[in-house]
Amino acid sequence: MSPDQPSRIAQFLEQHDKELLLAWVEHQRQSVASRRDLIDEGELREQSQQFLRLLREAAALGGNDVAGPRWEAVRELLRTLSESRARLGFSPSETALFVFSLKAPLFGLLRQYLGTDARVLAEETVNVTGLLDNLGLYTTEVYQKSREAIIASQSQEMLELSTPVVQLWDGILGLPLIGTLDSARTQVVMENLLQRIVDTGARIAVIDITGVPTVDTLVAQHLLKTVAAARLMGADCIISGIRPQIAQTVVHLGLDLTTVVTKATLADAFAVALQRVGLSVVRSAAPR
Amino acid sequence: MPVARTEKLPIQSSEDVVRIRQAVRVLAVASGFTLVDQTKFVTAASELARNTLIHGGGGTVELESLTEGRRRGIRLTFVDQGPGIADVQQALRDGFTTGNGLGLGLGGAKRLSNEFDLHSQPGAGTTVRITRWT
Amino acid sequence: MERIPILKMGPVLLVSIQVDMHDQLALTLQDDLTDRIVTTRARGVLIDISSLEVVDSFIGRMLGNIAAMSRVLDAETVVVGMRPAVAITLVELGMSLSGVRTALNVERAMEMLKAATSDGHPTADGQPSAGEDTDARRPD
Repeated sequence: MSPDQPSRIAQFLEQHDKELLLAWVEHQRQSVASRRDLIDEGELREQSQQFLRLLREAAALGGNDVAGPRWEAVRELLRTLSESRARLGFSPSETALFVFSLKAPLFGLLRQYLGTDARVLAEETVNVTGLLDNLGLYTTEVYQKSREAIIASQSQEMLELSTPVVQLWDGILGLPLIGTLDSARTQVVMENLLQRIVDTGARIAVIDITGVPTVDTLVAQHLLKTVAAARLMGADCIISGIRPQIAQTVVHLGLDLTTVVTKATLADAFAVALQRVGLSVVRSAAPR
Repeated sequence: MPVARTEKLPIQSSEDVVRIRQAVRVLAVASGFTLVDQTKFVTAASELARNTLIHGGGGTVELESLTEGRRRGIRLTFVDQGPGIADVQQALRDGFTTGNGLGLGLGGAKRLSNEFDLHSQPGAGTTVRITRWT
Repeated sequence: MERIPILKMGPVLLVSIQVDMHDQLALTLQDDLTDRIVTTRARGVLIDISSLEVVDSFIGRMLGNIAAMSRVLDAETVVVGMRPAVAITLVELGMSLSGVRTALNVERAMEMLKAATSDGHPTADGQPSAGEDTDARRPD
């Protein structure tokens, strides 16, 4: 089909617009994959109508390069639709079926109105198939990308939630690390700590590793780098919760912790922190 | 690996070094680098640009935007026709200084990048290439 | 020629670096500060780098130099407001800036400088330390 010739399909869509919309919506309604539990018919009808209109307009401009600028409006509609369905919980196939489900009713109409000329019917069928296949695939791609983005942001949230920075006292932050630390997680956690130091104006941060079973060279290096970075910013760090096994690992790996204050327990570290900021705990009355 | 865009900038003055920092920053933001990664790479670029200016007698830097599957990257290639580096291993070691007491910053630039490549021959100039990915 | 402005507040000189400095500008700042410390008999220097998105080895060394030179001139320097990304990068570069005192904000920095400058340490001409602000004498 010549790219500059107004598409025959565009004219066809124009002529049989209402009939096609009716047939298509009905077809989608009957299909189990239309997920009527997630989307209501009114919305489905509206989306279908909009799609047909944009499809018609793009096809009228000629050409069938769905990746090109003439088809941008159609792609945008499919993007929005795909992203919203991904959020609603549609599967990738269920989402792409929106486009693919147009084939059956459209072919039905083509057969009905162009049935007498076999060559034209065959030509248009092939063109329509190509168009809808590409649009359906595009829909799946967009769906994938948006799922990936959602998963990435959820991972990030989980990462931040799993190692919260707490305020132990005015100017003293605590970071209780729990579980095994991998390089990537430690980096994120540490950047988070440094930002919280800025946000709260903390003078001291106590990094407690009681809940960390093992510390390898990379993690230890990250810890040391964080302490160094905090110091450059104007805050000090104390590392607490160093269990005997970790102490052994540190010595075994030849790590230099001489520039860092370390304490066995969080309580000891907190006491040192209070002292550093010029505070002390005083008994106010006899305990009950 | 497909290269999306290329830009070539001169390194003939200390103002050029600032311009390069800014250009790399813009590219890093556009490539979706995190703030920390942006800062690291811009700093690496600054170190190498200064080296090119002061030790290489001036030169050029080529900035390339890269795409590899889903990840994006930036590659910087610094070229000068200066005296070259005689002992590359020594130069990569931190604290190595020459002439007016300025460290070469090569080791630092290497640590701040994902990929680092250096070619230098005494009398034949120096080419340093660094790449950082999202 | 462009210069970074240096303000005087009592015995303390204040510098706020708001621009991406080229090397010449940084060297000029270094010289200007050293001059001003001497001419004003300043006892403290506060350098605010909270606007700096990048601090490379040259600027890092400049900060170290300023701290060292001012100490020789009996003034204490505090660098304020280093951003986390900058701090992380400097550590990666291998710059510890060990001779430089740092603070998270101007308030903290002024506390530190006050402690360092009001130690009653007499200046060379025997007059009381410039740390005592004669315009606002606080009752003991």
